[in-house]
Amino acid sequence: MNRKRAVRWTVCFAFLVIIAAVFFFMELLIGSASLSINEVFGALTGSGDDSAARTIVNDIRLPRALAAALLGGALSVSGFLLQSFFNNPIAGPYVLGISSCAKLTVAISMTLTMKYGILLNSAEMVGAAFIGSLLSMGAILLLSGKVRNMAQLIIAGVMIGYICSALTELAVTFADDANIVNLHNWSMGSFSGINMDNVKVIALIVLTAVSAAFIISKPMGAYQLGESYAKNMGVNIRHFRVMLILLSSILSACVTAFAGPVSFVGIAVPHLVKSIFGTAKPIIVIPASFIGGAVFCLICDLISRMLFAPVEISISTVTAVFGAPVVIAAMLSHRNQKGSV
Amino acid sequence: MSRTILGSKDLSVGYGQKVVVSGLGFEVCKGEILTIIGSNGAGKSTILKTIAAQLPFISGSVNLADKDISEIAAQDIAKTLSVCFTERIAAEKMTCEDIVATGRYPYTGRLGILSENDRKIVRDSMELTGTSYLCDTDIRCISDGQRQAVMLARAISQQTQVLILDEPASFLDINNKLKLLNILKELVRSRDIAVVQTLHELDLAQRFSDKILCIKDNKADRIGSPEEIFSGSYISELYGIDNGTFLPMFGTAEAKRITGDPQVFVIGGGGSGIDTYRQLQRLGIPFSAGIIHENDIEYPVARSLAVELISEKAYEPISDESISLALKAIKKCDKVICCLKDFGTMNFGNKKLLELSGEYLK
Repeated sequence: MNRKRAVRWTVCFAFLVIIAAVFFFMELLIGSASLSINEVFGALTGSGDDSAARTIVNDIRLPRALAAALLGGALSVSGFLLQSFFNNPIAGPYVLGISSCAKLTVAISMTLTMKYGILLNSAEMVGAAFIGSLLSMGAILLLSGKVRNMAQLIIAGVMIGYICSALTELAVTFADDANIVNLHNWSMGSFSGINMDNVKVIALIVLTAVSAAFIISKPMGAYQLGESYAKNMGVNIRHFRVMLILLSSILSACVTAFAGPVSFVGIAVPHLVKSIFGTAKPIIVIPASFIGGAVFCLICDLISRMLFAPVEISISTVTAVFGAPVVIAAMLSHRNQKGSV
Repeated sequence: MSRTILGSKDLSVGYGQKVVVSGLGFEVCKGEILTIIGSNGAGKSTILKTIAAQLPFISGSVNLADKDISEIAAQDIAKTLSVCFTERIAAEKMTCEDIVATGRYPYTGRLGILSENDRKIVRDSMELTGTSYLCDTDIRCISDGQRQAVMLARAISQQTQVLILDEPASFLDINNKLKLLNILKELVRSRDIAVVQTLHELDLAQRFSDKILCIKDNKADRIGSPEEIFSGSYISELYGIDNGTFLPMFGTAEAKRITGDPQVFVIGGGGSGIDTYRQLQRLGIPFSAGIIHENDIEYPVARSLAVELISEKAYEPISDESISLALKAIKKCDKVICCLKDFGTMNFGNKKLLELSGEYLK
């Protein structure tokens, strides 16, 4: 059995890596300006002499593809961490209102600073989003002490999301005309307009946080059995829970700061990964969710750009179409298995 | 090192400052099963959680392997003491083998990768509990009995000297209850470990424990061998049994006696009357019974169910005096039921009673 499982996991990982590479390359290849495969390679290696192609690939498409991959991975891992925390497969940064609250704090900071003509840099954006994430996480934790039922907690999260979205609309309304377009686009969610400097910040934050999550995959595995057993196995529950909250908040804050709120990826991808790999072992699911999230967002980003090209639709529109059905499936399978016990 | 592996002195347990049980002192040695009994809400689970270092205690001390438990690092506690609860595991996509393997947690490295030795221990634990055939099955898709055995295998694979189980037999059918407790007994003996458990099944507590700790009115009321605990009316007092009669010899209870003027007189003996007594109880008919020897198997049952019981001293032939007492009782009844088929020397008096009874009926 263990051999069979190892083979399955290896095959699945290989498959994920390959399709990630394929879609990553398609992100570079496809767009309003048509480029050939050779031109893309030329631009990437710096050997091509077409400066327009080089600009399009290196300055526009490459950062965008990298951002989509990294942020998609970040969202999925963030979702998986939240699911572990709440021991519920339908918890995620979007449904719990964490993304929306991060969006709100970023929007407020942006409109306030824009008044004085200051543009926030990447780190400040992430900082603002992180504060928002922690605020909503705090609210959710307070509520989770009061409500026993997970469904009620999710509904509370969705409501927090609505409140934050409404307040964000208000903030956007009061923004300067010149910046409204910019802010509006961002608040709908998009991977466009991310430059290479942003990508560096994203990579630093996301890779650090995901590595940290990977390192705590052992206590996460113990925690899946419930708090009592985890405690008996020597897990320091308090430290562990704080780690989960901080890491999931940092990851979803990073996504929101650069791409706005992106819906359902955090639930859909870990669910798909668990089904494909046939396990919920964090040591497998964390790296697999990261790659899976990258694939999912690369595909969704491609669709958002191509569907009505040259007009782009918001990334959340696409992730919702693909992600929400998976969320429903996750919910149903959760219920079925509970019933069959 | 002493044989005592786990003990407490003047321990107060509870939540926050709210004391649930106080003045708790006990010792459990390697090779022993200690069972905690007491009514619902007496604080048995609170005690288990406290001695398993899951809940901070309010005052007193807990000693684990000759050390104060509050000074032992969490990882070391994990290697000395394992727990097994009845609650359902909500973990998704975990096979029973995965669950059992979590018992190896305190021994694996940073990423929790199992060594060949760890795998062997997991396999052995599953074999010991008879769960090997479930290794690839999802933990959510097995029965309560199977899950309980798997969780026990998990605790065993942790290779600790103390095993703590909260109501391990609940939800199990009688054969699975026996199977589980036999595994525990075997484990305690072969691995020289100690088991601390709570049980609601008094009959099983009586048969499978080396020591019994009784919790009543927020304190440790008594601790002793099953023979000491299951004697006289102690269990009845411990649980405040007033809805039936507890029979310490069997570790079980008879339903509540039907009171009122007896309508039927049952002649029984040697266990032949038990079914009739229970039937009459179910039908709500008050009855008298006799003439039963005090060492008769059905004596405790008759005594708990009959309104009036005419008895005879053990090993003595039934005396005329007892017969006349019985006839007096029959006088008040409408009917006599004789459950006896044969009459021997010692209960020849019952034959006489049956012959005379016709004239005496009301």
